Parts: sequence; C-alpha cells; structure tokens
Amino acid sequence: MAKRIDVSGLHVYYGDFLAVEDVSMTIEPRSVTAFIGSSGCGKSTFLRTLNRMHEVTPGARVQGKVLLDDQDVYGSEVDPVAVRREVGMVFQRPNPFPTMSIYDNVIAGAKLNNQRLNKSAADDLVERSLRGANLWEEVKDRLGRPGAGLSGGQQQRLCIARAIAVEPSVLLMDEPCSALDPISTLAIEDLISELKENYTIVIVTHNMQQAARVSDVTAFFNLAGTGKPGKLIEMGETNKIFTKPEKKETENYITGRFG
Amino acid sequence: MTTTDPSTTAHVPRGKRRIGDVVFANSARGSGILILVILAGVAAFLVAQSFDSLTANTANFLTTSEWDANTREAPAFGVLALAFGTVLGAAIALVLATPVAIGIALFIVYYAPRRIAAVLGYLVDLLAAIPSVVYGLWGIGWLVVQLAPFYTWLETYFGWFPLFAGPVSTTGRTMLSAGIVLAVMILPIITAMSRDVFLQVPQSHREAALALGATRWEMIRMAVIPFGRPGIIGGAMLGLGRALGETMAVAMILSPSLVVSWFLLQSGNQTIAAHIALQYPEATGYGVSALIAAGLVLFAITLLVNMAARFVVSRRKEFA
Amino acid sequence: MSAPTQLSEPIAEDARMAAPNTLSLGGSLPRFTPPVTLAVLLLVSAGALFLLDAWNPAVLVIVTAVAYMVVITLASVIVENSRKAKDRLVTAVVYVCFGIAMVPLVSLLWTVLAEGIVRLDGYFLSVSMNGVTPSMDAGGAYHAVLGTLVITGIAALISVPIGLMTAIYLVEYGRGRLKTAITFFVDVMTGIPSIVAGLFVVALWIMIFGPGETNGLAGAISLSVLMIPVVVRSCEEMLRLVPNELREASYALGVPKWLTVLKVVLPTAIAGITTGIMLALARVIGETAPLILTAGSSAVAINANPVEGQMMSLPVFIYSQVRMGGAINYERAWAAALTLIAIVMLLFFVARLVSRFFAPKAR
Repeated sequence: MAKRIDVSGLHVYYGDFLAVEDVSMTIEPRSVTAFIGSSGCGKSTFLRTLNRMHEVTPGARVQGKVLLDDQDVYGSEVDPVAVRREVGMVFQRPNPFPTMSIYDNVIAGAKLNNQRLNKSAADDLVERSLRGANLWEEVKDRLGRPGAGLSGGQQQRLCIARAIAVEPSVLLMDEPCSALDPISTLAIEDLISELKENYTIVIVTHNMQQAARVSDVTAFFNLAGTGKPGKLIEMGETNKIFTKPEKKETENYITGRFG
Repeated sequence: MTTTDPSTTAHVPRGKRRIGDVVFANSARGSGILILVILAGVAAFLVAQSFDSLTANTANFLTTSEWDANTREAPAFGVLALAFGTVLGAAIALVLATPVAIGIALFIVYYAPRRIAAVLGYLVDLLAAIPSVVYGLWGIGWLVVQLAPFYTWLETYFGWFPLFAGPVSTTGRTMLSAGIVLAVMILPIITAMSRDVFLQVPQSHREAALALGATRWEMIRMAVIPFGRPGIIGGAMLGLGRALGETMAVAMILSPSLVVSWFLLQSGNQTIAAHIALQYPEATGYGVSALIAAGLVLFAITLLVNMAARFVVSRRKEFA
Repeated sequence: MSAPTQLSEPIAEDARMAAPNTLSLGGSLPRFTPPVTLAVLLLVSAGALFLLDAWNPAVLVIVTAVAYMVVITLASVIVENSRKAKDRLVTAVVYVCFGIAMVPLVSLLWTVLAEGIVRLDGYFLSVSMNGVTPSMDAGGAYHAVLGTLVITGIAALISVPIGLMTAIYLVEYGRGRLKTAITFFVDVMTGIPSIVAGLFVVALWIMIFGPGETNGLAGAISLSVLMIPVVVRSCEEMLRLVPNELREASYALGVPKWLTVLKVVLPTAIAGITTGIMLALARVIGETAPLILTAGSSAVAINANPVEGQMMSLPVFIYSQVRMGGAINYERAWAAALTLIAIVMLLFFVARLVSRFFAPKAR
C-alpha cells in the first residue's frame, strides 16, 4: 500500500518568483519523514507539490520530477485529482466540512465524488477509518452529529480519518498539531506512529521535539538568504540530524542559534 | 498558510480535464459574459430605437423643453426641462437626506444604547424595503396634505427667498414634496454606507481622541468624520443615482409641466423617469422612440453619477 | 495619536490641568437633567400651544425639540463650559435625526395599515376588476396578486441561475480582464434606473415582435435586469465567506473542482445565498415603472399566461388606481399597498428563518 517518493531537481515558482530551489530526496515507504526549518523557508510549499496541491494557488508551478513508485506525478497524462486520491493531506487547522455530520465527513471523499456506497460498506469504511484515527470509541454514539461540534484535537483526528478513508498510499501532514493543546498533540503523535505501519508519512513541523519524537528521517530546509529561495540543506536519520548534523546551518538551527 | 485566493489557475494538462469541470467552468463563465451582453444590449437597443425619432426631430433635443412627439409629421421635442427637473428633484433629496443620514448613522453607531442599536439599524433598513409605489401612495395620500399648510406658512414668511416664491400650490403636489419623498427613499442608502464606515473607524483613533480629554462630539469630529468622509460621499452619490432614476414617487406626487422653474412651492417641473411612465401608455407616432431617447439621457446621467460614486468608494478602500 | 486604553484616565487629567481655561473641572449638570428638561419643556409647549389655540402634535414636537436644544445648550454654557454645551447640542441633534427618520416609517406603516384594512378582505383578494367600472363598489386585486407572483417568479427563474453562476465565476474561476470587466459592469448594472430597464425590454420587444406588444414575460425580463446584479453581489459576498480551507480539504481528498464548488462551497454558503435571493426578490417585487412599460397598466381580468396579453401586478394596480383618482380607487390602492407590504415583510421574515435554519450547526 505505502509507496516510495522520489524527488529530483524540483524547483517551485510563484509566478516569476522562485520559492524553493533544486530539491532532490527519496522518501521511503512505511516511514515518517519530518520537514523542519524556520518560517517561510518553503517546507510547506514543497510538501504541497507532492500531491499537486500547490496548483490551487494562482501562478504556482514546478520544474523537476516527483516519482511515486516510478510513476511521474507531473506526467502530461496524469490527472492532479487522481494524484490527490493517492497522496492524502491533513492541514494545519482542522477543517471538517461544517455542513456534514461526523459520519458524512469520514466518507466525504467518496460522497463528494458521487460514488455510490451501499449502507454496510459505508458503515464499514466509517468504522475502519475512525478506528484507524483512534477516534471510534469517542464518537461511535454520535456519528450523526455535526463534525464541527468536536474538540480541536478530535476534529483533527476526524480529518485524518477522512484522509485515510480514501485509502491513499502517502499521507502528508502540514503542521497538524500547531493548533492543538499538548494532550491532543500527544494523541496525534501516537496515531502517527501507528499509521506508519501502512502509510508513507511526511510531516511538516515547527516543533523540533515533535520531529525528534515521531520521525525516522528528518529534512532541514532553510533560506539561502533574505529574498532568496528556500533550499534543502540536509537530510538524514533523525538521530543523526539531531546529534551529529553535517552542516553548520543545521547545527545552529537545532541548537537554537540562528544564523 | 492557506490565505490564497480561491480562484485558481491550476496548470492542468489540457487533455486531462474532466467533462464536469469543463461544463461547469464554462457555464459559470458564460453567465458572466451573458451579463456583459445584456448590458451592451441595453445600450445598443436604446440607441437603435431612439435613432428614428432623433433624426426626425425638428427641435433641438438637448436645448428645448416642448414635447410634441406623438405624431408622424415633424415631431418636436427636447429634454431640457426634464433633465433640469430630474437634477433639481435629486438635488433637493440629497440636500435633505445627507445630513439626516449622517446623524442617524452617528446615532446608531455612537449614541444609541448598544443593545437596541441593531434593532434601530434594522428599522432604518426597513425603509429601504418599502416599494416606491407605496411611497408614492403615501406621499399623495398623506404627506402632501400635511405639507400644504406648511408651504403656505413658508411662503408667507420666506416668500422673499426666490426658491419659495408664490403663488403657492394649494394641493402640495410640488417639486419640494417630491424631493422630500425622494429624500426618505435614499435615506437608508446613505445611512447604511455611512454606518459601515463609522463602524470601521479604528478603535485606537477614537480612544486616542478620548484620551486627550475630548468630548464625544470632539472625538467624532477629530477621528470619525475625517476617516469616514469618502464613505459618506460615496453613499451620498449612490443615493443621488437612485434619486435621479426614481420614477413612481415623482410620477404620482408631482403635478407636472414642462418648464424650467426654480419655484419649489409652485406646481411645475417634471423628471425624465416620471415623464416616461406618464407618457408611455399614450405614446403614438414617434412617441415611444422619443421617450426611449429621453431614457437614454437618464441612463447617461445615472451612469456618470454611479461611476463617480464607485470611484470615490474604491479610493477609500485603497486608503483604509 | 494612539494611546493604550488603560492610560486614558490619567491623560485626561493631565489635559485638564494643562488647559485650565477651557477645561474647568467645576460644574456639571446632574445626570437626570436632559430627561427632566425635556419633560418640562414638553408640558410648557403643550400649554402654550393650547392657549394660543394652535394645537397640533407635529408643531408641538418641533417646538419642544427646538426649545430643548436652546435650553440645554444655554444651561450647559452657564453651568459647565462651551465645549460640553456643543457636545450636548450635537447629542440632541443626532437624536432628532433619528426621530426624523422614524416619522416617515411610522406614519407610512400606520397609514397603509389603517387605510388598507378598510378594504382588504377575502373578497378583495379573490376577485379581479373584470367588468367592474372604476367607480363601482366592487372588484379586487386577485389578478394583480397572481400577476405579481407569476412575473416575479419568472424573474427569479431567470435571475437566480445567471446571478449565482456569475458569482461562482467571479469567486472560483475568474481572473484577468474578464473578471475585472464583469465586476465593473455588474456595478454599473446596479445603478440602472428601473424605468430604463423597462425601456430596454420595450426596445427589444419592438425589434422582435413589433410595437405595442405587452405581456408578463416582458415584465419578468425587465425585472431580471434589475435583479441579476443584486443576486450576483450578495452571492459573491457569501461565497467569499466560505473558508478556503474547506476547498483545500476537498481537493486533498481527490475531489475535482466542480464537485468541490457544487458540494462543499455551495452547501456551506447556502443560508446566506438564500437570504440574499429573498432580499433581492423583496426588492423587485415592488418595482412598478418597468412593468407599466412592459406588462401594461390596464389589464383588469385574470391572466396567468405570461406570453399572451397584458398582465396586472400589485404595484401597477396601486398606480393605476391612484391615477383614476376617486375615493373608491384610493381605498383599493391602500388595500393593495397593504397586501404588497405584507408580501415584502413575509419575504424578509422567511429570509431570516432560512438563514437560521440552514446555518451550519456546531452541535
């Protein structure tokens, strides 16, 4: 189910502005990869190119290659909509659909695409996805209630359930805990460790402890200078990045010395 | 992170677009284009249909006031008195409504008790919901009766002032009455616009004034009015546009004559819109075409006023 | 010029000390002064008018208001200072402004209610004016109510799809020159005088059918010209309120754009959109001038066919009755006005209910 991502020579532009320069990396299946770096260094922008979500922004375009198990995501015959079904995404702020119940939110991917699900298959999918997101026990008695009535942490897990209900092979998470309290954050982190059994997970985070706790591999992004594009500085085993980084810049960032 | 404009320019491979997407996007685009077509149609059809009578007209359309168009032989008609009446009526409305509207907006935002302010605002909005024909009915059935004695009084004591010269109309069906009803009709427009800008005055500006020991009025004069001025002007001009084009209140209240007259307390004057409504059912010969020509003049006037208003309001947005 | 809130008191003290000549801390009128002054002046003016035999409620209010402004300003100048006096004067003026606005509203609603109730009954609403001579004590407005419903119904059927789709274009798809042009010309269209919208259809109809053809459809089209820009504006505003995160959430689930708009954006905004459409309807349902030109002003019989013959509507009914000028005509006009206002209020009421009912719920 989980797939490998191979990025080579990727540049991201907003109009004429080069936002991210020349990124190449390999993301292994069934692992958690964390992107760290200061604000505005392009890590979220880069994340969004992995499922072509950046195209939603006017003027955004890319150069380079992204392979998903040897299939080019940017191939001329590839439908971005299909890419997004293969590569799911969870956002910074929980965003359940306010017009839908918890139940409908989970099967939103199917429902919005006009797919017909029979009742038992839908029930099955809802339970499986909510269990997968560690939310089933908390909401099983109120599946008909609006998703917006849950707490922030529950809403975020609902969004994860919604993402995995589409059965993607990769899950992208853009600062999924930055709007949550510490207890909810812990719940999500536990969930991430469970999810990596089945998915390739990429997470952007501002919280270095979080990166150290949940990820197997860490990639550090930084700006090449003020007004310059963001770059991938260093990538490696999380342990190594946090203890013996190769680059001075990485060490400065990890130890809190900016530079 | 996600503050992007929702309109998107996905660089989607051409061959790969879904049928649903193509159909939906194009019908949305088509609707927008249809609006442009309709508007072009309004202008084009009016010009085309007025052409006939304008070429047959034996009088100067812009500088004469007679209206002898219901004939096939040598029609003679002009919009001078009508255009004058239109502007005069709207000007009266604007002069009466603007200060009151500013007062109401100030009342709702800064004076009224907070809890009932919303209800009071709703009451003023209610004025905007009443159909113009009902205003006309109220004007002729109630207001002019109340105003007639007031006009007599005005003439007795202020008759020396040219605008109020006699002989005063005994029915009260004068340009001033029509102007008052128009003022009531545009009051909610100007109020809504002023209220919106007053609500946007940054709290820090107001507190800065109050912190200097200003009274409430001084705070309003120092902080609120300068900030809100473009909004008030824009609102007043939108109201002016509405008053220029308003038909029924004038058609029902005014007892018309096609003269250029400054005497507000006498019968007389007429506006383009009311003239069209009154003349159309009986129009023959070049009549309809001539009325369309008059409508075109009205269209041009309101267009200019509205565009000026939009310009003023949009400049405010740039500065705010 | 910006001072933190909590500092306002001390700074005010400083200012007072710095300018002792204009800011005496001395006298201030007691809190109950304005209401008591107002009550006393009201009684005094009433007495004076009674003695002068010039009793008139309108004059009483005016005299009281003017007297109050004079008295409170003078009192404040004497006891307080000129700055506070000016403040009190302006406060009085602002209250008066609001009072002025309430005069037409209250008198209009009251007159329409009092005069309209005389003739508004089941009979009035169930018969037409067919065969009724203008001065006969009979006849009603059924044909006009029916015509109003047919004409505004068709106008809504034309305007809502065009307006909504245009708003969707502007918010979800539009870019570049076309978007700018449409935005600008929708603004222009908002300012078209209603009579010009009527003339447009007259000109169009002359070109297609020749002169003198009037029917309900022509009326509906002229109303659409007025309604479309209102619908576009309100729908546009509502669609912009839908958070972008919801669109992104939907895209990220692999939902194509058109289904995202149709199934996520529209349902989220539906309450506001419906309310906006209701208010647009309330606005055009009272339009008179374009209908006189396009749907005719002399129909007396029931006609539910929008493409055949003149069609009466409530506003035009009011107007044509007033033009006849007899007492019975005015009675009919008032009754029709009451009916029309009731319909408009009903639309307002339904709009509020709808926005409450459809609004996304949290629990």
